[in-house]
Amino acid sequence: MASKVIHAFYDDDDILMLAVKKVKAAKHHIDEVYCPFPVHGLDKAMGLEPTRLAITAFLYGCVGLGVATLMMNYIMIEDWPQDIGGKPSFSYLENMPAFVPIMFELTVFFAAHLMVITFYLRSRLWPFKKAENPDVRTTDDHFLMEIEIHGNEQELKNLLADTGAVEINITEKNSH
Amino acid sequence: MASHYEAPIRKPLVVGNKGYHDVTVDIAAPVEGRANKHWWIVFSIALVAFLWGVGCIIYTISTGIGTWGLNKTVNWAWDITNFVWWVGIGHAGTLISAVLLLFRQKWRMAINRSAEAMTIFSVIQAGLFPIIHMGRPWLAYWVLPIPNQFGSLWVNFNSPLLWDVFAISTYLSVSLVFWWTGLLPDFAMIRDRAVLPFQKKIYGLLSFGWSGRAKDWQRFEEVSLVLAGLATPLVLSVHTIVSFDFATSVIPGWHTTIFPPYFVAGAIFSGFAMVNTLLIIMRKVCHLEAYITVQHIELMNIVIMLTGSIVGCAYITELFMAWYSGVEYEQYAFLNRATGPYWWAYWSMMTCNVFSPQFMWFKKLRTSIMFSFFISIVVNIGMWFERFVIIVTSLHRDYLPSSWTMFSPTFVDIGIFIGTIGFFFVLFLLYARTFPVIAQAEVKSILKASGEKYKTLRDAGKPLYQISNAKISTEESVTQDVLMGEVAPKEGDKMGVTELLSSIGTFDATKETADDLKKVKGIGPQMEATLNQIGIYTFAQVARMTEKEYNLLDSITSSFPGRAQRDDWAGQAAVLLNNKK
Repeated sequence: MASKVIHAFYDDDDILMLAVKKVKAAKHHIDEVYCPFPVHGLDKAMGLEPTRLAITAFLYGCVGLGVATLMMNYIMIEDWPQDIGGKPSFSYLENMPAFVPIMFELTVFFAAHLMVITFYLRSRLWPFKKAENPDVRTTDDHFLMEIEIHGNEQELKNLLADTGAVEINITEKNSH
Repeated sequence: MASHYEAPIRKPLVVGNKGYHDVTVDIAAPVEGRANKHWWIVFSIALVAFLWGVGCIIYTISTGIGTWGLNKTVNWAWDITNFVWWVGIGHAGTLISAVLLLFRQKWRMAINRSAEAMTIFSVIQAGLFPIIHMGRPWLAYWVLPIPNQFGSLWVNFNSPLLWDVFAISTYLSVSLVFWWTGLLPDFAMIRDRAVLPFQKKIYGLLSFGWSGRAKDWQRFEEVSLVLAGLATPLVLSVHTIVSFDFATSVIPGWHTTIFPPYFVAGAIFSGFAMVNTLLIIMRKVCHLEAYITVQHIELMNIVIMLTGSIVGCAYITELFMAWYSGVEYEQYAFLNRATGPYWWAYWSMMTCNVFSPQFMWFKKLRTSIMFSFFISIVVNIGMWFERFVIIVTSLHRDYLPSSWTMFSPTFVDIGIFIGTIGFFFVLFLLYARTFPVIAQAEVKSILKASGEKYKTLRDAGKPLYQISNAKISTEESVTQDVLMGEVAPKEGDKMGVTELLSSIGTFDATKETADDLKKVKGIGPQMEATLNQIGIYTFAQVARMTEKEYNLLDSITSSFPGRAQRDDWAGQAAVLLNNKK
């Protein structure tokens, strides 16, 4: 289904921030803002929820630590305990100092990679993915605010023109 | 806005009158332009060195490790020296991007991309050496803890050599992911500027379809921060574990507890030196002097000075501990280093690593580009000697004087080392031509705080932005197609034509051929016809257009004022013209 949206272009991050605040104050829902670089405070101004990726990273790190412990306990203690350098492998706890480096490395390995994979999947980023920014200038020096029109075209246009937009387009968008 | 405030005492990190679009243009320029002759010459030399190295590696693997200069006393020499040297160099990238991110050092943004590229490329070189030294590299997977056909034979998790496998591979893969995630928005920028469909496709593929939504940026920043937090202990762990390869042994001269911090400081030291070497050349070749400023070089020199002094302290501590331990073997190992047959290696190391960075106390010297480059090379040489001294001089006179010997490298040892340098530069030169070498999205985010343009505005008490409603052009259409369609020119006055042509040059049909102006985004068949009517036929003419000519053109065609400027017809035409040549 195609829906009608209004695209307001801004050429400055400060003007964008003011515009976002004005539009929010006028009780309109901002569908999306496309930026060429991270604008600090924009997510809060738009009313976006904080991201939980850091929490997932912590959980993935715990998984990594668990995997390292289980793996080395099985290999070094249970399956084939050896007496290496006069330090017999009787229990995991006793031999743990030698296992700390690998426990650390696998914690970092799991946390970093699984978090990034989660990020790519959540933000729909992968090879051969088609870019969805409506205008090529949004990766250069323009900011684009997208608002869906529900029969209030003129009102929105006037409001956005008032916020310092350098260009306002009305276009159709296919929802996906 | 208050968030852009920066203390006036801080010098600008982006010099010149640069706005957001200027950053885009400057950073895309090396990718969009063509390689010059110097690039091809240096690339050819690096490629020849690389191929020579490949030949030596093939010879080693097909004949055996006996082709190296190793003997039964010195059974580890250039291979491990080169390995540690390359791993050490690989430390600066993550240090710059991770540690400096945690400390909110804005100056990292101009150099982190290239420093990380350097990290990845040098860790690849480092990884080659243990694999070659295995003798049968096709069995390299034996270092992994996988079930095998030998019953319950597992890898030994008590061995620092196995820790190294995990540390280096974690470091390489995490650095790669960190680097690539940061690259996505910059690849997207190049994708959206690309004129040719092939480039658009390639950069579209590399950018993973990055669209720059507010939510994407929010996640992007969080991921960068967490990755920095993870990479910081990781980078410290990697060289710590490399130092364990030596420190956990019982060889006098290796068996020292100071090794982990000493190796990490040395790694940062050599890594920053290599970053300086590469960036001093790159800022010149790629015309990035506005972004990689003398201040950046100065700050890196200060890090070199600091870490060099830490390394110097470690050298002296080692000597003291050898004496204080009362162990005569330990004492002899260090006496032999300084006064034995390898005295020249020891004193080269001391001169290059401890003495030479002390020049950086002088502001005049550390802000001199030529001197910084010279010192960076000296430090690289010194750090190679450090590893050589630690490894070879500790081994060559062991507990049994009858087996005392010297090490001399064969052409294969030298060839493989030269080959890795060649391989490194092949990768780095290809990178410099195809990747956005500066994290432009990040630079844009600090431009208002640290750019000279905005600093000057702020100092003058002028606003950083102006809301102008005058320029609004409301284009209405229901479909995307019409929206992206061409601009239909209208008939206008012919008065300005001569004036316009006088500044951009006339077209001589007898000598030149007309270009397909439709290749410039924003010019359609109708606009092309109008331009031809006026007398504009070539990219060269379009490329000469400035604001004055755009305005003149607008007044002649009187349609869509500002379109040519917004689409940067001149810039696009310049790229097309360059590609045509």
